[in-house]
Amino acid sequence: MTQDGVNKGRRRFLYIATGAMGAVGAVGVATPFVRSWFPSEKAKAIGAPVTVDISRLEPGEIRTVEWRGKPVFVVRRTEEAISTLKSEDLMSRLSDPQSEVASQQPEYAQNPVRARAEDLLVVEGVCTHLGCSPQFIPSVEPQSFDENWMGGFFCPCHGSRFDMAGRVFSGVPAPTNLVVPPHMIEGAMLTIGEDTV
Amino acid sequence: MKKLFLSLILSVTPLVALAAGAEIELDHIDTDISDKASLQRGAQTYMNYCMACHSLEYARYNRVAADLDIPEEIFEENLIFTGAAIGSLMGNSMSYDDGAAWFGAAPPDLTLVARVRGEDWLYTYLRGFYQDDSRPLGVNNSVFANVGMPHVLMELQGLCAEAPHAVSERRFDPLTGNLITDGGCENYAVEGSLTKAEYDETIYDLVNFLDYMGEPYAGDRERIGWMVFAFLAVFLVIGQLLYRELWKDIH
Amino acid sequence: MSTNKPAKPAFMQWLDQRLPVTSAYEKHMSKYYAPVNLNFWYVFGLLATLVFANQILTGIWLTMSFVPSADEAFNSVEYIMRDVDMGWLIRYMHSTGASFFFIVVYLHMFRGIMYGSYKKPRELIWVFGMLIYLVLMAEGFMGYVLPWGQMSFWGAQVIISLFGAIPVIGDGLTEWIRGDFLISGITLNRFFALHVIALPLVLALLVVLHILALHEVGSNNPDGIDIKKHKDEQGKPLDGIPFHPYYTLGKLPMIIIFLFVFCGVIFFFPEGGGYFLEHANFEPANPLKTPAHIAPTWYYGAFYSILRAVPDKLMGVIAMGAAIAILFVLPWLDKSPVLSWRYKGWMSKTAIVVFALAFIMLSYLGGQPVTDLNTWLARFGSVIYFGFFLLMPIYTRMETTKPVPERVSAK
Repeated sequence: MTQDGVNKGRRRFLYIATGAMGAVGAVGVATPFVRSWFPSEKAKAIGAPVTVDISRLEPGEIRTVEWRGKPVFVVRRTEEAISTLKSEDLMSRLSDPQSEVASQQPEYAQNPVRARAEDLLVVEGVCTHLGCSPQFIPSVEPQSFDENWMGGFFCPCHGSRFDMAGRVFSGVPAPTNLVVPPHMIEGAMLTIGEDTV
Repeated sequence: MKKLFLSLILSVTPLVALAAGAEIELDHIDTDISDKASLQRGAQTYMNYCMACHSLEYARYNRVAADLDIPEEIFEENLIFTGAAIGSLMGNSMSYDDGAAWFGAAPPDLTLVARVRGEDWLYTYLRGFYQDDSRPLGVNNSVFANVGMPHVLMELQGLCAEAPHAVSERRFDPLTGNLITDGGCENYAVEGSLTKAEYDETIYDLVNFLDYMGEPYAGDRERIGWMVFAFLAVFLVIGQLLYRELWKDIH
Repeated sequence: MSTNKPAKPAFMQWLDQRLPVTSAYEKHMSKYYAPVNLNFWYVFGLLATLVFANQILTGIWLTMSFVPSADEAFNSVEYIMRDVDMGWLIRYMHSTGASFFFIVVYLHMFRGIMYGSYKKPRELIWVFGMLIYLVLMAEGFMGYVLPWGQMSFWGAQVIISLFGAIPVIGDGLTEWIRGDFLISGITLNRFFALHVIALPLVLALLVVLHILALHEVGSNNPDGIDIKKHKDEQGKPLDGIPFHPYYTLGKLPMIIIFLFVFCGVIFFFPEGGGYFLEHANFEPANPLKTPAHIAPTWYYGAFYSILRAVPDKLMGVIAMGAAIAILFVLPWLDKSPVLSWRYKGWMSKTAIVVFALAFIMLSYLGGQPVTDLNTWLARFGSVIYFGFFLLMPIYTRMETTKPVPERVSAK
């Protein structure tokens, strides 16, 4: 039992090499454990794009579609509501009127109506504050939470308010506009979860 | 000591070998799940002739399409007959009770059949139907006596007049590479649309597909296995050098 | 070795005043002196720990996707194998690990028998080890039921029915274990709870006790010599070397060779020729149809053979129980003055080899169909099995032993 005459450099090198191989091995072993936490094929199948027929959706009506376990609001806006969206009066009360936060909508929905077709709003019904589902209140009349209500969505959990394009008002807890999911419209068919064929 | 070991092992081995029983003779094939063309033909045969009764309910259509190099649209149009979504499990519309009422026993799900029965059994079984008028459906099988399943592939194979005999070697013609195994049917009561060799190839493809079905990740498994071996080989060299370096202290 | 040690970092000083980190490390690793002559057979304890860690880790991940109900268990296993990304690898690591756990434990036990590691003063280590083995058998059995295939179901049916052989309370006891009149989802659920929580906890505790007892008296060695008889002036055994790094990093090549075999099975032969994952278990459990051939998993084969060798239900169960129980008293059956078979007489050496061969034969026969020949072979093997233990007090006393050297033989 003696360490006299030991080549210290060689020994240190072998320790480091062994440590490096051990680290590579640990990453290799961790791989299946980490990867198995990503959505499985079953979750992906359930989260597959959803196609709905919207030909019967009348102006002013809402339809809630389930996609990836979340409610997606599909609203046919009235002419009146569309013109309200562009009014300076409303825009001045919003925190992101031009939809500048890129993560909240695909590029094709970064416009004043936040939609592919002016009349058709498609937004995830999930409040960007803490994930409650907002209520749809289309009537333009004073409300207990807003005397100057111009129609939109109201979250009952913490009082966040959104307009008829899912844009958030300033001074409410929700930080960003409601999310517009990827979608496409082919005639009467709306597909949510996919935007290119 | 070593001699003692050896003589004892030698004296026990023949007894142990005797203890293993005899089994039904089967035709032998070597499946190859990397042969995509064969798997595609097998999938087509399965979807057309088997799927109506036998589901593959642990597998998903899109996985099969991807693994077999079939574009999803083509797969949906040609191989999904239930109108199911491409991402769904490969079920069929026959209920368990209907199946049990029609065939005496419900047709089993076949996702894992290759792992239960083995490829050779399937290959011999699917080529083992023969005419037997004493049975309700007029057919019997050489490896599964009194089976409740009709001979679904009769339009292809025809109907064998007598029980086919298995030949366990699968041989190939050295010149053409064609299959020349003598197993299977030799005497037909009804002629089918395929020759014997063509039918054997069809069944080979079908069994190959079922083998794939049992373990669709088998290709990944072996590929990763070689990578792990390569890693271990390098690690072994370094580990051995470190071991020798450390034990210099002691010797 | 230099005497003026570098000062400990401040953090380690802080920690050591509150938790015995350094002293525990020294006691069990850097200043635990293991005999210098430990050979190949001494790697299996380390490997068993490695496989145990593998089982715990993969097991935790499997429970994340497994559904313990009669309707869903089989489906959820196939879900893990197909739909969960790389789930097949985690499942194969677990199923292969189960068989390898028994392989390394059997080799570990055989090492103990060869070199007399169970003898005074290591009786408790052996007893804790046997308790680990016993719990491991229960753990393996319950784990095997979970995938809810044909073998899971009918294997459980047969094993639980064994308790029915006990007079008077037998029938009530089997119903109590099953929680139903037949094996059902209720049984599956309680086995799941025991398999993933209760038994692993007990196993971990027993492993700690096994190692604590070992480190109290020190490791045996192939010569069976007490290395503590000859110490240097600092009180360090002359034939001892620190466990770490010589038997930790120094064992790396052997560990990697083991991993070659282990990964070879996982990646290239995950069914282990039908021994590690049985063919019939790829068919969902069907209470109305018994598979043509039911056999327990290979690692229970020997005890199952002993059970079948006795032509009476109750006596068979007693024989099987005795075969396991007798292992516990091994330390008190060996009357030899020496530990290792290197210095025992020819009778002990022959007995150990014949016993090992009989055990392998019995294990094999446990998976084979019942025939006249197999039954007679199983009886022959059972006689050898019990003879090895029951005659041990006689042949270890009768034979002349070789003189044991004072110091361990050079490698």
